[in-house]
Amino acid sequence: MSETGIGKAVRRKEDQRFITGKGRYTDDINRPGQCHAYFLRSPHAHARIRKVDLTVAKSAPGVVAIFTGSDVEKDGLGGLICGWTVHSKDGSPMKQGAHPILALDTVRYVGDHVAMVIAETYLQAKSAAELIEVDYEVLEAAPNVATAQAFDAPQVHKEAPNNTSFDWELGNKAETEAALKAADRVVTLDLTNNRLIPNAMEPRAAIGDYNSGTGEYTLWTTSQNPHVARLVLSAFVGVAPEHKLRVIAPDVGGGFGSKIFIYAEETACTWASAKINRPIKWVADRSEAFLSDAHGRDHVSHAELALAADGTFLGLHVKTKANLGAYLSTFSASVPTYLYGTLLSGQYAFPAVYVEVDGIFTHTAPVDAYRGAGRPEATYLIERIVEIAARELGQDPVEIRRKNFVRTFPHQTPVIMNYDIGDYDAALNKALALIDYPGFPARKAEALSRGMRRGIGFSTYIEACGLAPSAAVGSLGAGVGLWESAEVQVAPTGKVEVFTGSHSHGQGHETTFAQLVCERLGVPFEDVEIIHGDTGRVQFGMGTYGSRSGAVGMSAISQALDKIEAKAKKIAAHLMEAATEDIQLKDGVFTIAGTDKTLPWAELTLAAYTAHGFPRGEIEPGLKENAFYDPLNFTFPSGCHICEVEIDPETGTTKIVNFVAVDDFGVIINPMIVEGQVHGGIAQGIGQALLEACHYDETGQLITGSFMDYCMPRADDMPDFKLGFTQTDCPSNPMGMKGCGEAGAIASPPAVINAVTDALGIREIDMPATPARIWSALAAHSIAAD
Amino acid sequence: MSVVSMTVNGKPVTGEVEGRTLLVDFLRNNLSLTGTHVGCDTSQCGACVVHVDGKAVKSCTTLALQAEGAAVTTIEGLAKDGDLHPVQKAFKENHGLQCGFCTPGMIMTAIDMIERVPNLNEEKVRAELEGNICRCTGYHNIVKSVLAAAEEMQR
Repeated sequence: MSETGIGKAVRRKEDQRFITGKGRYTDDINRPGQCHAYFLRSPHAHARIRKVDLTVAKSAPGVVAIFTGSDVEKDGLGGLICGWTVHSKDGSPMKQGAHPILALDTVRYVGDHVAMVIAETYLQAKSAAELIEVDYEVLEAAPNVATAQAFDAPQVHKEAPNNTSFDWELGNKAETEAALKAADRVVTLDLTNNRLIPNAMEPRAAIGDYNSGTGEYTLWTTSQNPHVARLVLSAFVGVAPEHKLRVIAPDVGGGFGSKIFIYAEETACTWASAKINRPIKWVADRSEAFLSDAHGRDHVSHAELALAADGTFLGLHVKTKANLGAYLSTFSASVPTYLYGTLLSGQYAFPAVYVEVDGIFTHTAPVDAYRGAGRPEATYLIERIVEIAARELGQDPVEIRRKNFVRTFPHQTPVIMNYDIGDYDAALNKALALIDYPGFPARKAEALSRGMRRGIGFSTYIEACGLAPSAAVGSLGAGVGLWESAEVQVAPTGKVEVFTGSHSHGQGHETTFAQLVCERLGVPFEDVEIIHGDTGRVQFGMGTYGSRSGAVGMSAISQALDKIEAKAKKIAAHLMEAATEDIQLKDGVFTIAGTDKTLPWAELTLAAYTAHGFPRGEIEPGLKENAFYDPLNFTFPSGCHICEVEIDPETGTTKIVNFVAVDDFGVIINPMIVEGQVHGGIAQGIGQALLEACHYDETGQLITGSFMDYCMPRADDMPDFKLGFTQTDCPSNPMGMKGCGEAGAIASPPAVINAVTDALGIREIDMPATPARIWSALAAHSIAAD
Repeated sequence: MSVVSMTVNGKPVTGEVEGRTLLVDFLRNNLSLTGTHVGCDTSQCGACVVHVDGKAVKSCTTLALQAEGAAVTTIEGLAKDGDLHPVQKAFKENHGLQCGFCTPGMIMTAIDMIERVPNLNEEKVRAELEGNICRCTGYHNIVKSVLAAAEEMQR
């Protein structure tokens, strides 16, 4: 196997430009004649707009144009859409109000878009926006998911009474109720999953550029899925016909879900560039990102776990209130439903699970997928209640998990998912060895001798990735299919270009995808180019999220490579005067089995284009193939994360002293990159558990609107991670891959909180477990003990 | 508008700026040196770190006019004749970057740290990185990169 093939820690191709300052992010691009946009945003969570007076602002220096919602409406544009329809228990579709590009008569969250100001420079646009006079009738707001359904709560949309978009259910209700009734013991838990703000380091940005000569629009945008953006902007919003709109997502500085969605700003820039016949650039500052990027999580749940006396799980009932924010974002309805309820069986052989979710509108920014999307919420709930159950039954938290593991595959859960393969004991055993579980009591005692409280916490997680079989998601309400496309184009000189519908915004696809090509064709790593993120070059694609680029995106490439190989062998057979089935391709050389005749790759590829003497009707000239790969099933990465913390009872400060993650991702293409994905995911999970929280006050003001107020994980908050891997190859795709992008963020929060509660000897603590919360919990505990 | 002159990556440059123009905007907009990034508006994230007269500074919190007469080095000025700086090499070798957006600031901070702090170890590196935020790597491989580069540079 070559040094650049599958399984090798190949250093990344893309790094050269990033470490030398030659990356090309949206804000690094400037178009001739470009002007700049600034969006005037609502300072109120809920208000009626009585009047917008633009007179003074329009005459400010450098102003080119100012648009409001009525201008957008006059041009007949549609609003933003949610691409997934969820149904309530009674079969009715989710309820929603319109989601205008620019507000019409009502604003529904702080940061909602009121006007678009376009000027020669960014600072002129920003200064002019301050001169716009908006007459607001400020209304009461309902920013809190726990109380927004109250009969007297202010309403976000008249179309959704009681602020409820849907009340959804999944699983076997009767069996679950029976299990709870018959159980020897029922453990209950109320918990919140704290609201988070994604904060990719590159703020969102867009450049709309209309060419009046050709009628073509080009949009450069910070997107994880430019083809979906193009489809939504053309088919649903009606900004431009699809064939006249090119969407380019160049280098994108992180996404974590927040750049999947189609937002008002890029829509407005594209539309307005034709109105003023000039390119328009918009770049969010960080404050705008806090206000207007789709947020994540924000659940309030009640769970009941039915157990037999020996700790066998008999059933699980979960009731969740999920915050949707003020409008349904692009995929928001799917996140607290089909990406959440379907994972509540965890790694366990539950006979019955029943989940009910209310999707609730509030006067806050829209909530949608953030790294893990629904699966961290499910994992946090189940891994917390399992740990509590073990403690209350006096069992070892490891043993109660072991007792209930699924061990035969395929395994049909009560909540749709059919686990194809896994070995949960293997990951657990490896993780226990890595953390030295038997040595924990001694470490705890030693810590206590220094006055420190040491605790250990477990999380044996499963998630569903490789989103997803089109038929399956279609039947569950998706407006799209979730296949992926690939095109492999071999040049006459033998160089290979791969056009993929996946999008890399940190994942290193230019390296890993090239490794697959090297492995399959035997061409040098330098001879492979991966092209992505441009609807003008890649035919179609569903983009990158849901840890799908390996399992789905690379499977599409693999399928296209099958076709390339088949055709190349046909050409080789013709050139070498042999039977096609006797041709072999290894290390970039064609051979005839049982002979010493050889034909180098580049000679064949040149011949493919000279096409001299190709038998007509049998071999077409050229060497280029495409494929659309639709997965057979979701993939099910799983594993075990164990966290050890030390808490200083004097200050309430938590230090993570040991963190082990053992994951089963199936086949791994590049272990260096996979480890990096796990590190980043765990950091976001630790951030959620200990540091990060998005807070709105009772009037709907965002009070964590900057890096001064929202606690991002820093280098000294993080431990040195210990990673391990186990491997069961995924049978549901040709690559054997499961996906690794989200596991860290899914698995780690309950491991941390289980460790914190273990250290403190308490049952519950809310995330983030800040020093203040821990100190208060300790104080309350000691008062109770006194 | 005022005229400002400085040396950037060894070349003398002059430009017209407003009093409120930030050094990062002068670098990005006037000089098209887009390797220096803006990741926040509260001087917290460090994506904009450059060297001014040999010291790491946040160019989003420095007025262009404050750099009058100074020698400024940006990420574009590190590689000499195509040879990468040891810190650049270490970030690539140790997978110290993913999306690349925070990377220029991380590298500029790391160089300053290695030159300034004796006997770097993991704990010191983590503490020194407090002014730089990365959302991708969990810092694990950034710390490794800085320590590897420090060893290489002190050799």
